[in-house]
Amino acid sequence: MIRFTHACKRYENGFDALQDINFHMPAGQMAFLTGHSGAGKSSLLKLIALLERSSRGQVFVNGQNTAKVSRRRIPYFRRDIGIIFQDHQLLFDRTVFDNVALPLVIAGLPHRDIAKRVRASLDKVGLLGKEKTYPITLSGGEQQRVGIARAVVNKPPLLLADEPTGNLDPELSRDIMHIFEDFSNVGVTVLVATHDLALIDSMPYRLLQLKQGRLNYDSDEATADG
Amino acid sequence: MARSNQPQLGIVASLRVFALRHLQVFFYSLGKMSRQPFSTLMTAAVIGIALALPSGLHLILKNAETLSGGWDGATQISLFLKQGVSEKESRLLEKRIRRLPAVEKVKFISREAALEEFRQLSGFAGALDTLQENPLPSVLLIQPSINASEPEAAKSLLTRLEYYPEVDVAQLDMQWVKRLYAILETIRRGVLVLAILLALAVLLVVGNTIKLAIQNRREEIVVMKLIGGTDSFIRRPFLYSGFWYGLFGSIIAFLMIQISLFTISGPVETLTGLYQHNFSLMGLNMSASLILILSGIFLGLGGSWLAVGRHLRDIEPQ
Repeated sequence: MIRFTHACKRYENGFDALQDINFHMPAGQMAFLTGHSGAGKSSLLKLIALLERSSRGQVFVNGQNTAKVSRRRIPYFRRDIGIIFQDHQLLFDRTVFDNVALPLVIAGLPHRDIAKRVRASLDKVGLLGKEKTYPITLSGGEQQRVGIARAVVNKPPLLLADEPTGNLDPELSRDIMHIFEDFSNVGVTVLVATHDLALIDSMPYRLLQLKQGRLNYDSDEATADG
Repeated sequence: MARSNQPQLGIVASLRVFALRHLQVFFYSLGKMSRQPFSTLMTAAVIGIALALPSGLHLILKNAETLSGGWDGATQISLFLKQGVSEKESRLLEKRIRRLPAVEKVKFISREAALEEFRQLSGFAGALDTLQENPLPSVLLIQPSINASEPEAAKSLLTRLEYYPEVDVAQLDMQWVKRLYAILETIRRGVLVLAILLALAVLLVVGNTIKLAIQNRREEIVVMKLIGGTDSFIRRPFLYSGFWYGLFGSIIAFLMIQISLFTISGPVETLTGLYQHNFSLMGLNMSASLILILSGIFLGLGGSWLAVGRHLRDIEPQ
């Protein structure tokens, strides 16, 4: 599902955010991406979601070489990736329903299918019944779950989460992680960037650790390098 | 192999979705604007004034042309006949000229009548009495028909009349008609220049409004791009906003013109009545109104297109 081969990211100011990254995540796997802030977690996720392009080496996502995805095709490429952000990136002038429905509206689904899928998605994150409320009235944990519902509503094969529990207390963080586990169990590939080490230790998933832009540790060496 | 869960739609279904989406955004953008009625109205009013100015001037010009069509009667050709031509021959010539299609009216002034007129108007009555014979020629005063009143046509009529053997001198008095046409032409050019400048102003007003709207909705645009919104999907509501601004602006312009016309039509009719003209002000006809509305819409769309092209690309998720 995700394969990095000698991928590097150097920014225009000369800073090397990522250097010679090699790893492979098969479809359906769940993994954590850790490291200090500035170690390159966000840069790595950005390369996968094509928010940025690698300076050298190659990044394959969902069977596609990201270098070959044209600017015009990027929106369609991103529709196969559900992205979850630390700050949720919800639209506060729209209801929970409208927020979650947005990817389906963009994809041009008929209205009744949208309603069905949005409810199913909200059900999965335990927010059924909150469709008509506005995100501002929800707690941080609930807002994050709306973000997750939006990310999974069009059933993408890949989920990326960037510090999804950054602002949540341990209890809520665990809930969020369990939601990710559920998706992983039904075959979705899940990559979670986090520095919440206590949480990671309690879960039996692959660990990728970045240090100063290099892949420092991979708990799953056997499958790394594919 | 790529695995995708995106729904696959047939061509017909895709077209339906496409049309439906456009319709949704069409009214969505209208709803968005109606939530800020005051600022929407302000922008539309600015556009309206900018459109009303050249349209109104155009209308004044049109009316002036109709009015000057009435004044074209003042274009006159004077045929001074040779001294030897008798009154009978003159009458015959008068009849022949009257039959010309380019001629509206002919008036014969005999030598005697001319002398009498001169005596009355010149104040040289005494001097004239000392003359043994009448030095004045007979004159035919010719008024060209409406079509032949324009400078070029009148001139060719003049050339034709000069060829009659009875005619000594043919004179066309149209200096002031030429001046009037020159003035109208100048104003017409002026209106054209003004229209171009104001069209540019409308483009900029709409462009700036849309630019602000884009900046206000920056976060929304970022989110859309993050979850796979295509450029055209994100662009669409802004383009439709431009459409609405143009439409509202041109409707406002239309109303302003009609109300202004209604306000001045009374006095204008009194005025032209005093000049014994049967004249009523022309309003915007169907095709002119349509052109006004369409150009408003075109400029609105154009302005938003410019703004969207310039500013939407700059907004990328970080």
